[in-house]
Amino acid sequence: MLRVPPVQLLVTCLVDALVPGVGEAVVEVLERRGLDVAFPEAQTCCGQPAFNAGLSAEAARMAAHTVTVLDATEGPIVVPSGSCTAFLVHHAPELLAGEPEAEAAQRVAGRLRELSLFLSDDLAEDVGMEAVESVRVAWHPSCHGLRELGITDEPHRLLAGVEGVERVEIAGADECCGFGGLFSVEMPEISAAILRAKLDAIEASGAEVIAGGDVSCLLHIGGGLRKRGSAVRVCHLAELLAGRAEGW
Amino acid sequence: MVSEPRSRVTQRVPTAPVDPKTTPVTFLGRAKLDLGSDKVAAVEDGARRLYRHRAEAVAEYPAMEEMRARARAGRMSALRNLDRLLARFADQVEATGGKVWWAGDAAEANAIVTRIAADAGAGLVAKSKSMVTEETELNHALEAAGIEVVETDLGEFIVQLGNDRPSHLIAPVLHTTRYDVARLFADRLGVAYTDVPEELNDIARTHLRRVFLSADVGVSGVNIGIADTGTVILVTNEGNGRFVTSAPRVHIAMMGMERLVETVDEAAAVLEVLARSGTGQRLSVYTTMLTGPRRPGDPDGPDELHVVILDNGRSRVLGSNVAEVLACIRCGACLNVCPVYRRVGGHSYGSVYGGPVGAVLTPALEGPEQWADLPYASTLCGACREVCPVGIDLPGLLLASRANTALRGGLEPGLRRAVRAYAAVAARPRAWGLALAAAGQTARLLPGKGWIESLPWYGSAWTDSRHLPRPAARSFRQRWKERRSGA
Repeated sequence: MLRVPPVQLLVTCLVDALVPGVGEAVVEVLERRGLDVAFPEAQTCCGQPAFNAGLSAEAARMAAHTVTVLDATEGPIVVPSGSCTAFLVHHAPELLAGEPEAEAAQRVAGRLRELSLFLSDDLAEDVGMEAVESVRVAWHPSCHGLRELGITDEPHRLLAGVEGVERVEIAGADECCGFGGLFSVEMPEISAAILRAKLDAIEASGAEVIAGGDVSCLLHIGGGLRKRGSAVRVCHLAELLAGRAEGW
Repeated sequence: MVSEPRSRVTQRVPTAPVDPKTTPVTFLGRAKLDLGSDKVAAVEDGARRLYRHRAEAVAEYPAMEEMRARARAGRMSALRNLDRLLARFADQVEATGGKVWWAGDAAEANAIVTRIAADAGAGLVAKSKSMVTEETELNHALEAAGIEVVETDLGEFIVQLGNDRPSHLIAPVLHTTRYDVARLFADRLGVAYTDVPEELNDIARTHLRRVFLSADVGVSGVNIGIADTGTVILVTNEGNGRFVTSAPRVHIAMMGMERLVETVDEAAAVLEVLARSGTGQRLSVYTTMLTGPRRPGDPDGPDELHVVILDNGRSRVLGSNVAEVLACIRCGACLNVCPVYRRVGGHSYGSVYGGPVGAVLTPALEGPEQWADLPYASTLCGACREVCPVGIDLPGLLLASRANTALRGGLEPGLRRAVRAYAAVAARPRAWGLALAAAGQTARLLPGKGWIESLPWYGSAWTDSRHLPRPAARSFRQRWKERRSGA
């Protein structure tokens, strides 16, 4: 029998440290499709935070570590984040050009798959999703997934396959939530002003759950909703696909 | 007989000097003055309106993507061959009867214009809207030389009258409402108060008509210069640009040295995308193409045409890692779509160039010392790149600018140390695992459950508006290990 190499999970630092349930949902969804999931345990953080801070040397060190760990594996590398995928695909190879890890960075860039793209493009076979209790869900298209990876209708198609999900739209959905990583720490007042408009649009949408593909934006939006005392929750696409709609 | 000193066409208060004690030196400091103000609400309304107009114009123009590619190719090729194109442009301007002046910096450019105006015996200079003369602060220089200067673009006229500053590349008074303008006109022009837009327009028109007819010198900027023909193109909507460049005896056009394209076809491609991206028009109301001064037999036009070509840091930018920013055609689309610009307005950027393009251009032109934090004034959402008519990778340039300024004051020292410490841990998987475990343990000791509701001190700026996620008691990797060892 032909041996299929396992799918490598790059879980991302935020999922690892803050919302491990998202990582477990990704594993469930992949396993339900008959895939073996491996988790290269030496992975840490891809380096994007340092890169966005303008600290290229530190970013290069982190990226070098990440691609070295991943290059020692085989098979597709699935990432539940558009932002980390975009960094490793578009920026890491350039950042590591001329370094010993340059070729590894290129190879890894070719193997990386953002979760929703992997599920809709790389798997021909359609595996039924779990059903959830009836819930109104709006999709938040994170900027890097949308504009650097071109993720548009893939998550919508996946959500359409989840029984119990009623989809609603956020007005101005493709506008940034104001997180921007370091930006929200360096310029918190401006970040908050951008977030306010996003939260207003979310509350007007009638959604009970905001689903997204990046926990960074979701934590920002979720934190804002909590602060307001809103009952709207956020959750990762993988959780809905795994039949969990309670959010966080 | 003693002649009366020439009466000023416009009564103006002297410009207040910038006081470093009261003007915040950081982007965030300036932004906080304007956050949530009516002024910024007007900016956001205006920016969204311009953005909608752009979207409609692009939607009804199937060739947009092709034209964007052609405009980009023309601009990028001009930057690669700028020395050759500048020489050809200068030759062609002179061959058609114009005079070319080279200015290394703002002071030189202003001195050249002032001298030409003085030689022409000018008491009054009429100006059409020009960002490059805002950059050099030409008006101050002319006034210091005793020459009166009047802005004839309605927006710039309002800015000048109010001793204000432009807040947008193409819509200088985006931060102003018609009621502000009504009060200003009543105060400064001695007219009865009206806030009816058409009446305000008429007041400005009547006032400015006298300026056009009596100005000795007209000063304009340049939207596009064509190297092949020595043509200067001006893009305006009010017709004032045409007045300024044809009625006065002398026309001075000041041009940033990067404004060139090589061919007429390339200029046409830029025109196809410029107005659509800026205001959503297919073409601006007036597109003025000037090649040389008035020729014998011409019904109108200036006797003299002077083109002042300004460097002011541009050669340095051309050799830097952000050279692509010089391809900008100043349409303002990246400002209109930017979530940061929409919330803080143009004045927060501190220089005449605001928004994402300004956040790259200003530190590149003027050096990072004073402007190191500007590249950080972005969420890197990428909406700017999506709308740029010449496809400038603005997020990429913002990142490159951050790398240029991070260690020169761009990154706050505390944050720098934090990111470095994080990077050091992330490069060691064992340390990383231990740090996650420690964070999980510590989080259990914090009060409450779930999200962290408030942080003291610096952290409060975050928790004032959002709760903070609490590190999980057990990280994904711990749970993964337990699951595998149990299986």
